[in-house]
Amino acid sequence: MEIRSREFPKRAVFAIHDANLQQALDRARDGFIGTRAARAAELPEFEQLREEAKNLKNHILENLDFYLEKYEAAVTAAGGHVHWARDAAEARRIILDICKRREARTVCKGKSMISEEIGLNEALIDNGMEVVETDLGEYIIQLAGEPPSHIIAPAVHKTKKQITELFAHSHNRPPKDTVPDLVNEAREVLRGKFFAADIGITGGNFLIAETGSSLIVTNEGNGDLTQTLGKVHIVTTSIEKVVPTLDDVTLLLRLLARSATGQETESYTTLSTGPRRPGDLDGPEEYHVVLVDNGRSKMLAGRFREMLRCIRCGACMNHCPVYGSVGGHAYGWVYPGPMGSVLTPLIKGLDNAYDLPNACTLNGRCGSVCPVKIPLPDLLRELRHLQHQREISPPRQRHALKLWRFAATRPRLYRLGERIAARALALVGKHHRIHSLPLAGGWTDTRDLPAPAGKTFIDQWKARRGQK
Amino acid sequence: MSATPASRPRVGLFATCLMNVFRPNVGFAAVKLLEEAGCVVEVPDAQTCCGQPGFNSGDYDSARALARQVIAAFEGYDYVVGPSGSCMATIRHDYPTLLAEDPEWKARADRLAAKSHELLSFLHDVLGAKIPEGVRFAHSATYHDSCSGLRSLGIKGQPRALLAQVDGLALREMADTEVCCGFGGTFCVKYPEISTKMVDDKIRNALDTGAEVVLGGDLGCLMNIAGRLRRINAPMRVFHTAEVLAGMASGPGIAGDGKEID
Repeated sequence: MEIRSREFPKRAVFAIHDANLQQALDRARDGFIGTRAARAAELPEFEQLREEAKNLKNHILENLDFYLEKYEAAVTAAGGHVHWARDAAEARRIILDICKRREARTVCKGKSMISEEIGLNEALIDNGMEVVETDLGEYIIQLAGEPPSHIIAPAVHKTKKQITELFAHSHNRPPKDTVPDLVNEAREVLRGKFFAADIGITGGNFLIAETGSSLIVTNEGNGDLTQTLGKVHIVTTSIEKVVPTLDDVTLLLRLLARSATGQETESYTTLSTGPRRPGDLDGPEEYHVVLVDNGRSKMLAGRFREMLRCIRCGACMNHCPVYGSVGGHAYGWVYPGPMGSVLTPLIKGLDNAYDLPNACTLNGRCGSVCPVKIPLPDLLRELRHLQHQREISPPRQRHALKLWRFAATRPRLYRLGERIAARALALVGKHHRIHSLPLAGGWTDTRDLPAPAGKTFIDQWKARRGQK
Repeated sequence: MSATPASRPRVGLFATCLMNVFRPNVGFAAVKLLEEAGCVVEVPDAQTCCGQPGFNSGDYDSARALARQVIAAFEGYDYVVGPSGSCMATIRHDYPTLLAEDPEWKARADRLAAKSHELLSFLHDVLGAKIPEGVRFAHSATYHDSCSGLRSLGIKGQPRALLAQVDGLALREMADTEVCCGFGGTFCVKYPEISTKMVDDKIRNALDTGAEVVLGGDLGCLMNIAGRLRRINAPMRVFHTAEVLAGMASGPGIAGDGKEID
């Protein structure tokens, strides 16, 4: 998927004026935040679980090579194949090779953000395959020809009315007005595709090193059909998803469902280990895992390692007031919201996503709900630091900072500046406020500026108490 | 009973940039509250800014220079107190991180951080202070939890507990009181449309309470909220909590009261 994060400011303004989007965002925010809070409140140990999950993920990251090799050995022992992909292009090539060798015509897919990250659908379609997204949200946006706007609710930007129109048009059937009717229609259409699929591609929420299993959670059961009905099952996932044991994964699962959808557990938690064994009633003939790096080793080695704790729950974006104002498409690539604003510049380049780390008030709400305690605001600030060091930030901002530093490190000069500002602003103020001010349109286009009284606090203090 | 001079803590008041220029009344309210609670208050002359604009813009070098300046100006006091969760969080949390590589400055940053407090939490948690006698504010008010104070310093109950002592004041909580108002320092002028959308959400929640007044502990947020309220001609006044607690909220609110005719 082509990155369009440079257009963030433009797309954000567009989004704010999109009435349908705003309606969808309001509804989503109300749902996600309340349910997560309710589930967290039910578990007295929730905060302790967050701490344990953080420690577990840190331990994994410190020993990532060990657990990945252990996982690979276990997958191989179970009859599966592990493929290592350095980047998106290599991942696409590996998957295409498998599909071509099996002469695949139809590929069914479970929801996978890695698949979006590596641009898999376009590659398969360009090679003549039919690709069917089977997660309802993914199916909707595939019909609409749009990228996901949320990592767990890809079609969250759409209203029900828009989906009704989309289905009626795409399926050539009478419009359905209720959610159950819409779901049933999608189910009917998709059912045939599942049986026709040559290959099923899913993501992997977690990889269990001790058993060589991949684990997915879904609410629709589409993942199970995708991975058991095709002749080949390909898991596309990234290297930081590995977890040592089944016991360990239960800790993360308890946090994932509650943080993501506000459920105690998702409807389906599915483990798959290798291909169909003799005597199995179903299952694929071949089982492949494509482990994608795509910049993660670099993250592991540097100051952004903590980002690799992410378990993709989406709580950060659900609680982000900027995401809640502009939606996911404004961010211009695969991952939106706070986690996307860290990942996108790291994977796609700092200069390709200048605005993402900056379009944040550092209010800290994302970090406060993150189930693995990623200090997202600190990481976003750290990205700003890199942008500043590498002079990617706008020259005007760097000049302003130099000027500010020059004055702020000279108290008498700074005081003079404040004195002049207080007097000048008091002069242009009327009724305690300023309606417009040259060069301050960023503020005064939509807000009045409070007018100062005329003298600074420090000047008044000195006059009253005498200089000490 | 007043404390003896020898035991009265010496407090260096951190005069935040916005307070110094836009709302000196907040500074005098802070002084009054601290003095009534038994502190000796001084305003060191060598202070300017806490450095947060540089820090949050990724200019760590400049932020470090400011951090050293603040440390040198304030380390001689028993406490450093400022009427802003945002600036005080910078001193408490960010200085030790910024100066982590320099053992001498790190130690000084740690010592300063340990005795630096946001005003309302200092009054409540450290001094266990009562507000001055006879303070009355016969209005309904809603309280906006500013993000830095709330999430970095755990300020939530303290301002409310102090406001509960104000005669006549009725607190009406708004929905999403813990959600950012859209100020965010330079964010509000870099991304004005997003910021305006966020402050509109905040204002809608505040107006829905039917309260007459919005209170908070950070002038950045309060100027943002007040500026937008005035622009849309909403009849709601805005004060810093310290002004109300000190009985110094009798004048016009931040950006006026919205009743004047242009």
